Amino acid sequence: MKKILFLVSLLASTMAFANTELQLDKAPIKLSDQASLQRGAKYFVNYCLSCHSAQAMRYNRLQDIGLTEQQIKDNLIFTGAKVGDTMVSSMSKKDAMAAFGAAPPDLSVISRSRGADYLYTYLRGFYRDETRATGWNNTVFDKVGMPHVLYELQGEQVLEVEKHGEHEVRKLVLAKPGKMSPAEFNGMVGDLVNYLAFMGEPMKATRMKLGVIVLLFLGVFFFVAYALKKEFWKDIH
Amino acid sequence: MNSLTNLLGWVDARFPLSKLWKEHLSEYYAPKNFNFWYFFGSLALLVLVIQIVSGIFLTMNYKPDAAYAFYSVEYIMRDVDWGWLIRYVHSTGASMFFVVVYLHMFRGLMYGSYRKPRELIWIFGMFIYLALMAEAFMGYLLPWGQMSYWGAQVIVNLFSAVPFVGPDLSVWIRGDYVISDATLNRFFAFHVIAVPIVLLGLVVAHIIALHEVGSNNPDGVEIKKHKDPVTHIPLDGIPFHPYYTVKDIVGVVVFLMVFSAIVFFAPDLGGYFIEDNNFIPADPLKTPPHIAPVWYFTPFYAVLRAVPPMFGSQFPGVIAMGVAVMIIFFLPWLDRGPVKSIRYRGPIYKTALALFVTSFLGLGYLGMQPVTPLFTLLSQIFTTIYLAFFILMPWYTKIDKCKPEPERVTG
Repeated sequence: MKKILFLVSLLASTMAFANTELQLDKAPIKLSDQASLQRGAKYFVNYCLSCHSAQAMRYNRLQDIGLTEQQIKDNLIFTGAKVGDTMVSSMSKKDAMAAFGAAPPDLSVISRSRGADYLYTYLRGFYRDETRATGWNNTVFDKVGMPHVLYELQGEQVLEVEKHGEHEVRKLVLAKPGKMSPAEFNGMVGDLVNYLAFMGEPMKATRMKLGVIVLLFLGVFFFVAYALKKEFWKDIH
Repeated sequence: MNSLTNLLGWVDARFPLSKLWKEHLSEYYAPKNFNFWYFFGSLALLVLVIQIVSGIFLTMNYKPDAAYAFYSVEYIMRDVDWGWLIRYVHSTGASMFFVVVYLHMFRGLMYGSYRKPRELIWIFGMFIYLALMAEAFMGYLLPWGQMSYWGAQVIVNLFSAVPFVGPDLSVWIRGDYVISDATLNRFFAFHVIAVPIVLLGLVVAHIIALHEVGSNNPDGVEIKKHKDPVTHIPLDGIPFHPYYTVKDIVGVVVFLMVFSAIVFFAPDLGGYFIEDNNFIPADPLKTPPHIAPVWYFTPFYAVLRAVPPMFGSQFPGVIAMGVAVMIIFFLPWLDRGPVKSIRYRGPIYKTALALFVTSFLGLGYLGMQPVTPLFTLLSQIFTTIYLAFFILMPWYTKIDKCKPEPERVTG
């Protein structure tokens, strides 16, 4: 019995330990907010698409977030792509390898592999680190190859590490303000991540809506099936 | 109506249509006391059909080519009409197949459904389970994500642990030195045609064997012992159709509600049905820090990791994993209890079954976690309990204090 208790307590302690991983900030995801998604799409094509691709995403799919084909053509396509094409970066893989040492990952389903909270924290987690070739490091992705693309907007952060005995508290401090206030910048990254979440699964809203109808149908069908069973089984027992 | 009867007569003179209908449905007498646990056989058949139909439509748009596979799945999800639904139905169906089959097998353990004269039903069922594992394993490679790729890499590498022929064997399976386009192509061939044919044949054999000896029931008593002297129909039997067809429809509706809730509201089920890392395209140069198989394989994966390498070889672990699967085949001959059903078994079997289920679930959890010394120790304890359940069964089922079985089924 003692042994079991010991094992249970060990198990509990490892679980508690597993939870002390990096804290991610909650991303303000709202897939029904079309204005936010449209702003996010604009940031995406302006800031991300020059290096990253989204080769599963077609431009005209942006009609799902309330844009017309003409608006997409006029405001969001800078690469000469057709509106039915997928979002391919203008940078070649070879150039990217030369510039960053690694090919920037495709972002079509990045929100599904990393999760929105990770992206929201990552994009706000860049800080100055002169030991890095790009001059930037990141709190959630240590030694990241990507430079801080949004630094003009956010400004420059530095990492402050406070030591409390065994404990270490890592804090990002804004050293040089950018064009946006921290609140504005958080809102902007929120929109961008909201868009990335949409792009990861554009049919999500459809499936949720359809799911309600399917479950309602099955709910009604259940009563019919159950009544049928009751009727047939009257003469058994 | 008359012409329809004539047509049926014409067919019956050439093909046993009415005879088959009677033997397997309208005059197949099933015990009248089936409970909740008896839904899962017909549900497994339903999921098989769902998988075949959704699979056919996926095959129309999927590209089994290492350069295109990953994005052809996304193409299905985005550009093919209803493609997202077909894909989520198939991915959910894969996991739900195992949910249903595990519950179906647990039913067998509870009520002694594998006991004489149903040994062959059990054996065919176990072959179905093996075929299903092969089907799921090879199907999981097809989306060509990181977990697809590295999961397959880990499992195929197990074969290279076989002494002497191992390395050649694993190259022969992959068709290359690593998982590659060649592997993807052959796994596709096995997944869409070879294994499904075997699976269908085995399911037919499973059902023919069942209908030959008749179904067991929660009391574990033979209904054929008490037949009506005139009609020779078992007194506790009722025709499968319409009684169990209408009952199973209720089960099907409830099952479809659960199934749809997953498909429409949580298709990746928090990473358990579709792993997060599988949304990263396969990269042979980047090993993920933590490779976990999908949940339905994790109990056996935990057994594999529980056994330490000996003489620098992983082979003992592979053997342990193989034994953990294959030992289930021998259940009909390991069980020496005087009764079949858990209702009349003594406390020892009930305790043994509870421990077995706990260790199976425990191993399932541990198989998903990264290795730590504590988790390895726990895996070893659970593996021991798992194997002891089978190995000690001839002894503990014999000495168990069972209650007398009733003559006829109860309620």
